[in-house]
Amino acid sequence: MTANNQSTTLSDNDISDLLKIKFKKSIIDSSIKSDLTFVIEPKILKDFIKFLKESRDLQFSTFIDICGVDYPNRPDRFDVVYHFLSLKKNKRIRVKLSIHENDSVESIVDIFPSADWYEREAYDLYGINFANHPDLRRMLTDYNFQGHPLRKDFPLTGYTQVRYDDTQKRVIHEPVELGHEFRDFDFESPWLGEIPSGNDKDIGEDD
Amino acid sequence: MINNPKKDNTFTINFGPQHPAAHGVLRLVLELDGEIVDRVDPHIGLLHRGTEKLIEYKTYTQAIPYFDRLDYVAPMNQEHAFSLAVESLLGIEVPRRGQVIRVLYSEIGRLLSHILNITTQAMDVGALTPPLWGFEEREKLMCFYERASGSRMHAAYFRPGGVHQDLPDDLINDIEDFIYTHPAVIDDIESLLTENRIFKQRNVDIGLISPEDAQLWGFSGVMLRGAGLAWDLRRSQPYEIYSELEFDIPIGKNSDCYDRYLLRVEEMKQSLKIMKQCIKILRNEPGPVSSSNNKLFPPKRAEMKESMEALIHHFKLYTEGYHVPEGEVYRAVEAPKGEFGVYLIADGSNKPYRCKIRAPGFAHLQAMDYMCKGHMLADVSAILGSLDIVFGEVDR
Repeated sequence: MTANNQSTTLSDNDISDLLKIKFKKSIIDSSIKSDLTFVIEPKILKDFIKFLKESRDLQFSTFIDICGVDYPNRPDRFDVVYHFLSLKKNKRIRVKLSIHENDSVESIVDIFPSADWYEREAYDLYGINFANHPDLRRMLTDYNFQGHPLRKDFPLTGYTQVRYDDTQKRVIHEPVELGHEFRDFDFESPWLGEIPSGNDKDIGEDD
Repeated sequence: MINNPKKDNTFTINFGPQHPAAHGVLRLVLELDGEIVDRVDPHIGLLHRGTEKLIEYKTYTQAIPYFDRLDYVAPMNQEHAFSLAVESLLGIEVPRRGQVIRVLYSEIGRLLSHILNITTQAMDVGALTPPLWGFEEREKLMCFYERASGSRMHAAYFRPGGVHQDLPDDLINDIEDFIYTHPAVIDDIESLLTENRIFKQRNVDIGLISPEDAQLWGFSGVMLRGAGLAWDLRRSQPYEIYSELEFDIPIGKNSDCYDRYLLRVEEMKQSLKIMKQCIKILRNEPGPVSSSNNKLFPPKRAEMKESMEALIHHFKLYTEGYHVPEGEVYRAVEAPKGEFGVYLIADGSNKPYRCKIRAPGFAHLQAMDYMCKGHMLADVSAILGSLDIVFGEVDR
């Protein structure tokens, strides 16, 4: 099924050109280096994804993933990253957009029903709001959880811990109390940069 | 499927979180109309451990063991995706023997997972013997894990740059013995299930999904192939040495629970075929199993006793770790349950900036509502069994 369509498959460059002609300036950035990646303006998200899914030349009809990324120092704090797969063309694509903490992204549940849980997860872990999502509840964290744990300013240890209280005969939440101090060692040495790539043996190059 | 036009007597029941057929800690809120399922609302996250958050605070080496704890039924397949992602950011190649060992152990992982799933799927519909027979085989496979990595489950054996250690010769011999004895056990289990009247009544034409919907719901692996789509990452986007191996990819016709069972059985046989080829290569082609770049991969123990350089490398690798150049990458492997992907963002430091884990079970479980609607209550556990859910990876 995948093999006989290989001949008509567009190259990454062609896909990039096709999308740039169609969406012009709404594509902020694109890269074809390792993975095919497009950074788009949030307002064209739904049109863009609908086009990816329905265009005969692309057919990105398999939903892979949605996730959030937090960059607390940027004005547009969050990245929302979408991954799709085309079984017919054997291609993957990544679509990224940046939004402000208080803005919301259009939900794509009506295009891909499986986006439902992934958007709920991004909402749960980052607090990204998805407009027109049918049921934007928390996904992975506990019932009545406060805060969004994957934000960079959320501490690794969290704020509360639970235990069973024998006097009250129920599970209670209380402020987190660590047996010993949280250890976060900074091992980064100031004089060594990135490791040299390749498989060559290069002992004694920089010590 | 049965559709009841009357909607006046629906009631809600709780399925789980502690239920033997829930495959872990799944809470299903079922809205029932008599015995017919109206709506399924899975509540997950009861096994959420914040893996992605923890990984952001650990070096790349320290992050590997977290992947064993995702789908704990086939641990090394998860490490594989992470290792591939890190390797592609670093731009390094794994030596051939390392790739062969990875493929060998990925297929052992596939066997581990499929044995568990086939037999527990049978248990969900009432058969108790298959798990007893199947788990004996899993025990042998976990011994192979232990002899290669030192640990039955939490292996941390696939590392960016290769695998941790080479396999001893007698282990390769024992794996070969297993390849020749295992088909008889598969046949035994098949003799209990494949033509079993009760098993077929519970699984045939249950949990249907069309190829189009399977794509929209983000299905992968057996779930996608069960719907008749010929898609396997080992063949369509090959990694390691899969492109030179000979194996078939079974495709389903009816996309029901029974087809998925048959596919898994056939995939086990294909895995054995792959393992046989790997063993032949391992015997004929000695060589390094990991990158010789000691800025990335620790030196051999013996070397450390002699060489100051090696000792420094070892110390630096296990404290600071290595730096991964800035960039982002998505790499996926064909895990036993489907496409297991890792989306990794590196900021040039020794810790991942973001590591999103794309677990196949998450997408499959989400479709429970879609697949169960209109089925009887008893079919819920049959469908759940055929989805191959492991909560380690769904909840992360």
